[in-house]
Amino acid sequence: MDRKCDKCDRPATHHSVEIIKGQKIAKYLCDLHAAEEGLTFNAVHTPINELLTNFVKLHSGAAPQVGQDLSCDDCGLTFAQFREHSLLGCPQCYKAFESTLGPLLERAHEGGTHHLGKVPRRAGSGEQRQAQLMRMRKRLDDAVGAEDFELAARLRDEIRGFEEQPS
Amino acid sequence: MSLQQMTEHAGEWLRGAGPHSDIVISSRIRYARNLAGFPFVGRANRRQRHEVLELARSQIMSNRLADNVLWVNLPDSPQLDRQLLVERHLISRQFATASNETPRSVAIAADETFAIMVNEEDHLRMQVLRSGMQLNEAYAQIDRIDDVLEAGLNYAYSRRFGYLTACPTNTGTGVRVSVMLHLPALKLTGEIEKVRRAARDMHLAVRGLFGEGSEALGDLYQVSNQTTLGRAEQEILSDFENAVVPQIITYERQARQALLRQREAQLDDKVWRAWALLTNARVMGSEEVLALLSHLRLGVNLDRIETVDLRTINELFLITQPAHLQRLTDCRMEAPARRIARAQLIRQRLGGR
Repeated sequence: MDRKCDKCDRPATHHSVEIIKGQKIAKYLCDLHAAEEGLTFNAVHTPINELLTNFVKLHSGAAPQVGQDLSCDDCGLTFAQFREHSLLGCPQCYKAFESTLGPLLERAHEGGTHHLGKVPRRAGSGEQRQAQLMRMRKRLDDAVGAEDFELAARLRDEIRGFEEQPS
Repeated sequence: MSLQQMTEHAGEWLRGAGPHSDIVISSRIRYARNLAGFPFVGRANRRQRHEVLELARSQIMSNRLADNVLWVNLPDSPQLDRQLLVERHLISRQFATASNETPRSVAIAADETFAIMVNEEDHLRMQVLRSGMQLNEAYAQIDRIDDVLEAGLNYAYSRRFGYLTACPTNTGTGVRVSVMLHLPALKLTGEIEKVRRAARDMHLAVRGLFGEGSEALGDLYQVSNQTTLGRAEQEILSDFENAVVPQIITYERQARQALLRQREAQLDDKVWRAWALLTNARVMGSEEVLALLSHLRLGVNLDRIETVDLRTINELFLITQPAHLQRLTDCRMEAPARRIARAQLIRQRLGGR
């Protein structure tokens, strides 16, 4: 990054590669000399994407033990797995990891800690209802896996009924 | 309506219309949503993914969200079609290349103003795309679509974290607002780094033409918000409408004027060299083409060249991409053959020899 301008000692802020008569010519120039040269310059490419991965690694690096042994009861995701892929497993993970996620999200979202903005009009499900729904669907999944189709059909009806209930 | 028909025109986002379309190529808003009671896509099993897909499909297709909505099932689609949709910014690269084991589909309005991916990173990723600076229009449209879908789908939501998403960087509103800007003068004058730095200070992401990690080919930059928790949709929009975009437009216009005043000959040289190469070259890579088209577009916007119009240039940005080129010429080609076909197509469109 700290490369100097080809023509002076100021830091190079412009980088260009040109192919002239089959020869590849790379130039590194400061603002001044780049302007002098005319026009053809590509700004040095700086990766801007602050990936959550970095946040997570940094953050949990600073406090290595926090949250490491947590896991989500509903989908089984461990905090270590989350750290690795930066993806949560299910909506309930937010509850399961709330204590560790809170500060992390605050950093990722310019200090934002609580939602502001649109709320689902239907807001069908309070959080307990959503957790309940998750458990019902999991039982359904187990039933299908065990080829107990009678139970599966019953559970499907239950889920439908549950979803249609006013919350 | 088919993918083949789609190939033949430039699509909404390159229509070159709308306010400030000399600089603002397109306005895009996407919402990320997940269904309550299911694991997120990455942790759902095959059956659950199928169920999510079916719930989403019936809700999307039973409501007339547009006159004509195309439902494309990705695992059944040839590689070329998927690539075509990526080039048209209707699906993400990740969505196109995911394993065929993941059931996933995209609903696309025939006019391409919206697309809804099902089973990408989140159960639903919906976007509205408009040409020029039309964020308010885009917002009105996506919010309506969201309301319609929500009436029949149960979204995962918590009071504290808002709409819950697989990646916690999207939770809260689940909204990403982005504008695609053509900034050739800022690039030529070397001022673009300052814009990047300013954007970073405002917690905005600056990406290239094809999103994350892609370089700014053709001097096209996507500027988007990163914060989704603790800031309402309207606040984010208003930042873009009132501060971010007008400011960058001003900078770009100043840089264009500075070029005209101080480097007129060099500027014209850039424009006419681009014209000369595009109308005469026999072998062209897509990156080179994007760079030349960028200079040509600048020349047209500054009235330095009148042999070509904006619409043609905008179309060329798209149809010189690998999948479009192969669709248009109806011929499967590897890169070397594509470079020849690309040069030929450009000469045809620009009336070169």
